[in-house]
Amino acid sequence: MTLALYVPRPTPVHRAPAGAKLLALAGLGALVFAVPTLLVAAGALIGVLLVGLLGARLPLGLLARQARAVAVWVVAILVVHALATDVLTGVETAVRLLALVLAAAVVTATTRVTAMVAVVERVCAPLRFVGVRPARIGLVLAMALRFIPLVAERADRIREAQAARGGSRRGLRGLRTTVVPLLVQVLQLAHTVSEALDARGADDVPRRARGATS
Amino acid sequence: MRRRPGRGTPPVADPARGIELAGVHHAYGERVVLDGLDLRLTEHRVGVVGANGSGKSTFARLLNGLVVPTAGTVLVDGLDTRTAVREVRRRVGFVFQDPDAQIVHPTVAEDVAYGLENQGVPAAERAERVAEVLVRYGLAGHADHPAHLLSGGQKQLLAIAGVLVMRPARIVFDEPTTLLDLINARTVMQVIAELPQAVVVVTHDLDLLEGFDRVLVMDAGRVVEDGPPEQSVRSYRKLMADP
Repeated sequence: MTLALYVPRPTPVHRAPAGAKLLALAGLGALVFAVPTLLVAAGALIGVLLVGLLGARLPLGLLARQARAVAVWVVAILVVHALATDVLTGVETAVRLLALVLAAAVVTATTRVTAMVAVVERVCAPLRFVGVRPARIGLVLAMALRFIPLVAERADRIREAQAARGGSRRGLRGLRTTVVPLLVQVLQLAHTVSEALDARGADDVPRRARGATS
Repeated sequence: MRRRPGRGTPPVADPARGIELAGVHHAYGERVVLDGLDLRLTEHRVGVVGANGSGKSTFARLLNGLVVPTAGTVLVDGLDTRTAVREVRRRVGFVFQDPDAQIVHPTVAEDVAYGLENQGVPAAERAERVAEVLVRYGLAGHADHPAHLLSGGQKQLLAIAGVLVMRPARIVFDEPTTLLDLINARTVMQVIAELPQAVVVVTHDLDLLEGFDRVLVMDAGRVVEDGPPEQSVRSYRKLMADP
């Protein structure tokens, strides 16, 4: 499992500022909801595919994986609409969802985390006036992306260790026997991570000149 | 408290003084982990061995101010870890046993750049230094890869690269080969051997101590042997055989 989907390519889409890409993503989201027609949703999906596959030269497999991740929801939307409203509305909603998920994937795959973090820090800059440090918010975002796969991996290890000793309980009891040791491990990890942040000068930050390295 | 620009002058370091511990005690609640350490470390490569719970890791953490002693003082190049912790941490890099706890950014190059961002190094110089250190440790091809997908050895090299890019004068390693297989442990040993910086290495891996200038043996929070590697390793083996 990985949340860091950046795929390096020398394309104009990769070079575009992260803020502009996020704005475009937000604009696309607003458009497909403001003009809820199949034509607009399909146009958005085709546009996203063109930008992703031709403009950013992303592998088809990457976008296919993202589409597969929401396949269950797409099918559910189609079925519910077919039963409750009509198939056309279902298709339009499903296409809209696909367009937005793939657009988000294109933005993620063409933007470094540091560039995203820099945007978040700029957006949060006014919070300085109420004592919040924007650099900290950016760091939290980056660390969430870094540690979610790691925690998932540790949960897998705990489940494997329990299975190896014959403990393959499912349901609430199985959840408890996984969650408690995982929580202990995560707290230990958090303690060491806080030491590592100190050791690497997290509290130094004179005037952080954070920015994309690309 | 954070020093503000224009307020006071930063303490001046004197590298010739090395690391000095005077009357150092440390306890976690009632549990004493370091009990009366008086040492001066000026050698290029110093090893620290001892049983689990002997106080080695706490000792290592004293050296860059991650742990401040309950009593006594720790001076690094003349800087007190209690009062000049930021300057001390800029001078002393720290490599942890578990690289997963040290890598805080999702991709390799971004993580190496993290310490430089904290130091306020300009973006162009940052990119140059990151690229240089990634090439040196064979990670250039992984610059944009998720750190999570690296092998254990590559993760430890990444953790070392993240420290070295900050160009510290000294580096403390806390059991750097414990989680590695033989090949990766050898790679890390080679990297440590070639470092121009003064290093303090806490380890259970006695092979790692070959060629070191000085090795301390710790037991129950005290230094029970202090000498060249052969002498200290002999003493450590005896201690382990007859605790």
